[in-house]
Amino acid sequence: MQCFPVRDVGISKYFRNFASPRRNDGGSIPTTLNQSFVMEKTNVKTLEKVVVRFSGDSGDGMQLAGNIFTNVSAGLGNQVSTFPDYPAEIRAPQGSLSGVSGFQVSVGTGVHTPGDACDVLIAMNAAALKTNHRFLKPGGVIIVDIDSFKESDLKKAQYITDNPIAELGIKAQVVDVPVTSMTKAALADSGLDNKSILKCRNIFALGLVCWLFDRPLESALRHLRNKFAKKPAVYEANAKVLQAGYDYGHNIHASVATYRIETDEPLPGVYTDINGNTATAWGLIMASEKCGRPLFLGSYPITPATDILHELAKRKDLGVKACQMEDEIAGVCSAIGAAFAGNLAVTSTSGPGLALKSEGIGLAVMAELPLVVIDVQRGGPSTGLPTKTEQTDLMQALYGRNGESPVAVVAPASPTDCFTMAFEACRIAVEHMTPVILLSDAFIGNGASAWRVPSADEYPEIKTPEVPAELIAEGSWRPYLRTESLARFWPKAGTEGAQHRLGGLEKDPATGAISTDAVNHEKMVGLRREKIARIATDIPGLEVLGNPSADTLLVGWGGTYGHLRTAVDELNAAGRPVAFTHFRYINPLPANTAEVFARYRRIIVAELNTGMFADYLQSRFPNINFLRINKIQGQPFAVSELVGRTAKLMEE
Amino acid sequence: MENKTFVPADFKSDQAVRWCPGCGDHAILNTLHKAMAALGVPPHKTAVISGIGCSSRLPYYMNTYGFHTIHGRAAAVATGFKVANPEMTVWQISGDGDGLAIGGNHFIHAVRRNVDINIILFNNKIYGLTKGQYSPTSARGFVSKSSPYGTVEDPFIPAELVFGARGNFFARSIDVELATSQEVMLAAAKHHGTSVVEILQNCVIFNNGIHNAITDREVRADRTITLRHGEKMLFGKDMNRGLVRDGFLLKAVTVGQDGYTIDDVLVHDAHEPSNFLHQQLAMMDGLGELPLALGVIRDVDAPTYDDGVSMQVEEVRARKGFTSLRDMILAGETWTVE
Repeated sequence: MQCFPVRDVGISKYFRNFASPRRNDGGSIPTTLNQSFVMEKTNVKTLEKVVVRFSGDSGDGMQLAGNIFTNVSAGLGNQVSTFPDYPAEIRAPQGSLSGVSGFQVSVGTGVHTPGDACDVLIAMNAAALKTNHRFLKPGGVIIVDIDSFKESDLKKAQYITDNPIAELGIKAQVVDVPVTSMTKAALADSGLDNKSILKCRNIFALGLVCWLFDRPLESALRHLRNKFAKKPAVYEANAKVLQAGYDYGHNIHASVATYRIETDEPLPGVYTDINGNTATAWGLIMASEKCGRPLFLGSYPITPATDILHELAKRKDLGVKACQMEDEIAGVCSAIGAAFAGNLAVTSTSGPGLALKSEGIGLAVMAELPLVVIDVQRGGPSTGLPTKTEQTDLMQALYGRNGESPVAVVAPASPTDCFTMAFEACRIAVEHMTPVILLSDAFIGNGASAWRVPSADEYPEIKTPEVPAELIAEGSWRPYLRTESLARFWPKAGTEGAQHRLGGLEKDPATGAISTDAVNHEKMVGLRREKIARIATDIPGLEVLGNPSADTLLVGWGGTYGHLRTAVDELNAAGRPVAFTHFRYINPLPANTAEVFARYRRIIVAELNTGMFADYLQSRFPNINFLRINKIQGQPFAVSELVGRTAKLMEE
Repeated sequence: MENKTFVPADFKSDQAVRWCPGCGDHAILNTLHKAMAALGVPPHKTAVISGIGCSSRLPYYMNTYGFHTIHGRAAAVATGFKVANPEMTVWQISGDGDGLAIGGNHFIHAVRRNVDINIILFNNKIYGLTKGQYSPTSARGFVSKSSPYGTVEDPFIPAELVFGARGNFFARSIDVELATSQEVMLAAAKHHGTSVVEILQNCVIFNNGIHNAITDREVRADRTITLRHGEKMLFGKDMNRGLVRDGFLLKAVTVGQDGYTIDDVLVHDAHEPSNFLHQQLAMMDGLGELPLALGVIRDVDAPTYDDGVSMQVEEVRARKGFTSLRDMILAGETWTVE
């Protein structure tokens, strides 16, 4: 049974019966694509533990900064384990390699050691970077005081080039922070001498780290007050700098991936470390290679989606045209222009940007152009919680446009699945000539994972609906002729004989000319709706994981997969049988959705909002009572809370 | 490029033109068909992209690639289109409301980027499609349905906005000046970079005669000057009036009077990189002593955005030499699981 029965909306006479390009070669999505994520036994790791390493000159106060961070974390109920790494020479020359002092701390739960390697490395000077970068985990972040990388600093630390990052072969994300100059600026009116001011640099770094890991400053201030009880002026200065460091993190929307989702039993192959935003960018490039159309990105910077723009801007080396436009609206509109020109066109944003793009997306609905819109969801409404994760743009993606304007909506399940679903978004957009919204989120966008690099043949060719040459030759092509899947054909602008006019006005289905006919409008609305509904026949069905014969089904969608899957495993291991299904295709729903739901007595929908997906399902399956687990704290689910709340609902 | 010659009919679509009888848009459309034929770029290598408004209906009447988009966004759509497909000659049709009010941001940024598109700005100083509200080019005090007691705001002068956004091509014409319109459209198309052509257009229904003080047959010769690169800045019925420097400003004089000779009259240099004089010429309003300038006022070569994007892509591709996504990834940090 299909959730969207294909209805006859009286449209058949408006399309000539061209075979759908996909069906011509009997091609379907390879199983690797279907199953790459579902089959993966994943494990959300380091969720509850993070390792931070402070490093600097022995006079930089790294031990103090590290100790305060440790104490603040312990005060929050974290377990802590520390490893002070002092230099051998107590009075080594300033800025030299032998004078570097370090302090590593692991905080969280299940902490038994200070950790072998760190997630975040703070390097207060060039020498510290040189001696400490090897302690960083793949996918970690390095924060450097860029003011301490002057020529003389590099010389003291014995660099041979003027590019320490390249020289050390560092491929991690490096965040340049002007720690020294900002500390000086914060204390310009303090009356302290320069030497005393410079002694506060460590506390600026501490403030920044407190921002990154949500540590309350009150507690850090208490520790500073104790430390400088007899020097109120020094305390005041440090308090000011602590706040300045914290505010700096806030202002630049600094964030680090404190989550990793690892595959327990990796397949053989070549692996690399990837976060969800990079995976998204690369999935788009793969799709471009597979559809033979150049990739165009029109975008505007917005947290937490900007890394997609960054990555695609770098990928000019693969022919990508990534344009930073003047605003979100220009981002989507330039992409629509590029789609009309014949490129695979994408715009990337987060929730507030999606709101601005809605009129443009409506134009792409009406013009029936392929367009991929990436929304890396963050906390809302309005500016909300820009660096935090939520699944609260679902309704906006489904319905947030004027008029009847259905679009396809897909949602990746994990950082690596961003690659697959970005590819899928492009495939659906091109083969069905429609806008597709990809709902990623801050958690999987920033979250990192090891990823097996696929070979090109693991992904299918995307069948672009090229205008049949014979139609152009006989002069009978019209812009709204359709294939069996109801997709229009998509000429490259510049093709002789395929000149045509598109627009946002309602049109005649045969000629594409403007039509104000009342009955025609209703038919066109039905046709556009039906076109989206038919995508259900071109996407994989739902799979049921966990214990399929249980009477309770846990349902998730998008970026919560890792936590839900782990929770389901724990529940089953604890003798509470639970089945689990996860939606990556939101509109249309997979064709077997109703059939899967019919097998369970109790269905629980877990999501990071107040129940949007549950409401959406409820509207389609009014006879099912969907139970709900919701959380809107800007944070992902914790496995333990999912286990507890699911178990509780199972008792009711 | 094909050596085919074109006639205006090659650029006309089969759609019935639906503007009001007497609307200035008819003349501009016909002129555009002629300018395109004269330019010689085939219809299938031509795109016409518009926003929303009366003028923005124009793409439907072209046998080219055409896109009637949404209000104000034509410049952004045209930018993406041109960057994606640089072989196309791209025209953008906007009105004063579409281009300078809701689309003001995209307009100035298109000009700043110098993307190679030709913007035809139909300026009738009114919102026609919504039946008569004041526009961002309406004069202070203008009475309309949405300003029954007169506006209390000053208008944009399109040329000033173009120069403020560091534009490199600005020309002006009047809907009824067919020859000048065709001449400046052709020059705009030949200019490499963003070209802005302002056409003073008459809305016969909601703002009839708004440009009459300048465009009326009896006064037009004395109140306008048609500038041509390399030619003396002369105007008037007898072509004996000329523009001369007056300190840092311009002054209109009569040749042979007050000691002014033809040698004092300025020669128009549209290619001068400094826009100092161009701006003064473009700001003349034709209502006082100085005539309104028509013709190509500024036409200066500068690097274009679309060329820049394409060239950077080519340069980086050649330097890095990656053949595929996988190739690029494998050149980075990877490890192998047996």
